[in-house]
Amino acid sequence: MDIALIYLLLIAIGVLMYVLLDGFSLGVGILSPWLNKAEDRAIAMKSLSHLWDSNQTWLVFGGVVLFAGFPKAYATVLSQLYLPIILMLIALIFRGVAFEFYFKSHTSRGWWDFSFSFGSTLATLSQGIVLGSLVQGFTLTPHASEQIAWFTPFSLMTAIALVCGYALLGSCWLVRKTSGRLQVSARRLGIISLFAVMFFLALVSVWMLLAQPQVFQRWLTWPTGLLLAPVPLLSAYAGLRLWQTLRSGEGNDLKPLGLAMALFGLSFIGLAAGMFPYIIPGQLTIWEAIAPERSTTFTLVGIVLFLPVIIAYNIYNYRVFSGKTTTQDGY
Amino acid sequence: MPDPALLSRIQFAFTISYHIIFPTITIGLSLYLALMEGLWLKTGRQVYLQQARFWQKPFAITFGMGVVSGVVLSYEFGTNFSRFSEIVGPVLSPLLTYEVLTAFFLEAGFLGIMLFGWKKVSPKVHFIATCVVCVGTMISAFWILAANSWLHTPAGYEIVDGVFHPTDWWAVIFNPSFPYRLTHMLLASFLSASLLFAGVNAIYLLRKQHTEFAKSGFSIAMWAILVLAPLQILAGDMHGLNVHEHQPVKVAAMEAVWETEQGAGFRLFALPNQKEAKNDFEIVIPKAASLILTHDINGEIAGLDQVAPENRPPVAVVFFSFRIMLALGGLMLLLGVLGVWARSKGRLFDNRLLLNLSRLMIPAGVIATLAGWYVVEVGRQPWLVQGLVRTVDVTSPLPASQVLSTLILFVAVYSLLFGVYLYFMRKLIRQGPADVSGAAQDEELPTTLNPAH
Repeated sequence: MDIALIYLLLIAIGVLMYVLLDGFSLGVGILSPWLNKAEDRAIAMKSLSHLWDSNQTWLVFGGVVLFAGFPKAYATVLSQLYLPIILMLIALIFRGVAFEFYFKSHTSRGWWDFSFSFGSTLATLSQGIVLGSLVQGFTLTPHASEQIAWFTPFSLMTAIALVCGYALLGSCWLVRKTSGRLQVSARRLGIISLFAVMFFLALVSVWMLLAQPQVFQRWLTWPTGLLLAPVPLLSAYAGLRLWQTLRSGEGNDLKPLGLAMALFGLSFIGLAAGMFPYIIPGQLTIWEAIAPERSTTFTLVGIVLFLPVIIAYNIYNYRVFSGKTTTQDGY
Repeated sequence: MPDPALLSRIQFAFTISYHIIFPTITIGLSLYLALMEGLWLKTGRQVYLQQARFWQKPFAITFGMGVVSGVVLSYEFGTNFSRFSEIVGPVLSPLLTYEVLTAFFLEAGFLGIMLFGWKKVSPKVHFIATCVVCVGTMISAFWILAANSWLHTPAGYEIVDGVFHPTDWWAVIFNPSFPYRLTHMLLASFLSASLLFAGVNAIYLLRKQHTEFAKSGFSIAMWAILVLAPLQILAGDMHGLNVHEHQPVKVAAMEAVWETEQGAGFRLFALPNQKEAKNDFEIVIPKAASLILTHDINGEIAGLDQVAPENRPPVAVVFFSFRIMLALGGLMLLLGVLGVWARSKGRLFDNRLLLNLSRLMIPAGVIATLAGWYVVEVGRQPWLVQGLVRTVDVTSPLPASQVLSTLILFVAVYSLLFGVYLYFMRKLIRQGPADVSGAAQDEELPTTLNPAH
């Protein structure tokens, strides 16, 4: 198989893993201000304390695989989207240290609450802007210019959409990990986020169909259109089922999280289908950007060898801490 | 508006200097955690468990700081040094990918169990998790030092159309300076953690608090310093010989030798004058530099005049950083010797001079490590890849205003956080270890963790 395609697939896996896993971690941070009681916020944060680091590592994984597979794309994207990337990194600092300091503080918990939700929200907004710029494509500025190409109505919209999306994942995570009053609020917040997500999914789809001829052609003409048709249909179905499970308050607590992740996966496929085979839309295809073969094969060996092991011990980690998080859980 | 290339370099220097503080502590401290937990499992003595439980909290916040400041670096190559990423990426990025695959995920995956899993897994599994985290930190050091060493002594590559292509991965990873630099860094980390460990326990001994606890920790750390300090000096010496062989200009800057000399003296102190290519003032020990660097009293030390002025590093930074590192290394050796002398007199736990010196030297390891990194990194300038790629040529074409604003943001956020970090470290140290005997035991320790049951 074509090595560039393999790397594109690997990056897609890395980004999807990141979005799904750190998505719910960040989502809990986004929702945290809407949880009324300090105790609820503490439980919400505690449910993540053993895994936020692992989940965030997928971001580093995505970054280095992009660097290893497509060094030119890594260099271009990161330098062109300089400010949103740096803002995201700084926001993630606020989010990350909150976990360490919150449970060791007595008088400053309010500040760490803020650091957690502020960091999570800002990181998500920045990621949304990066996502929007990548999907929409941006004009490369070869020389230093003050022009900010990434700040567009479209990228602003994807930023808000991603906040709603992560909030949905976060609330489904809380449904899974909590009970009683907190779980009831999580379901309610989940339904609100779900409506917002469905609205934005529709909006992004229409916007892209109208604004990008490549997308229009791919989705609405034979035969690719037929091939892609299940994606929006399945998304609508997943959204409906998710609404039903969140509203009924019955059944398996893991189900909402599974459905929300499926919805994310489908949206991801939808976006990727419009972009392929570009790594930077309209500028650079995966075949133009792929690293020398000696680099890609060496890295691939490591990925094939270690990725299954990584997934295995991450599953073990989740199993050790399975079940509901309570205030009794020792630090 | 200042030069964006300079701003990018300042930002990278600042963010990486900040980051290295934390792994320097955690690599060594994780070894102490594993050691203490292992000793507890083996002997069943409560003080060791107390040590393990106590140090876990400072470890956790230090590790957290390392993680959040480290993520920044993995992206900064692309954001601020895009041209570098493009041309050197094919050689360096696979090493970073291996670091993520074999170290970052491993540490993160088992850190949760190590910190929060005391009641969730058996003592044996918990001990394994601690060991895995410890090994993970060292694997991480392995890859990052391999990548960094390659910048100093590039090997196993060819240049095709201006882009570096790897030809031999073994040669890339085990490049000529790598074994020395990895050893030197790991020892630096073990020493830094030992000094922290000794210093905190010394504080308790001075205050006559948690005496049994403090004695167990202080004794072990003082043995460690006694062994590690001379080992580090030996490793540093071997590293120096290696630098002399591969990067003679750096050595000339370290010693502030402007003109090639036979039987060069060691400048105890000097005021290097970059413009006029001489020292304005110096105190010299005759022949000593040649003896140290070539192991021959009349050995030749090539001066800075071997290269054109624009290919010389900023000599003063390299020269003074090197001396700070040497002086602190000497103090560490002294501390180790003082410790064994006090022990022989049976005064290890109440020699106030020793205890106070230990307390004062808590940050010595980290400062020496930072100074050492300035010697090697500033000493390589103006090159990013020694002799091949100039740092100023490979920065991103960013507007100065953007880099300046992120630099200000980093300085503000990092300074604030460093204050918070020190505040919490101090708080945890003042709190002291939890009492594991008597009533408090149930709360701190589940019975499944107590080998007596």
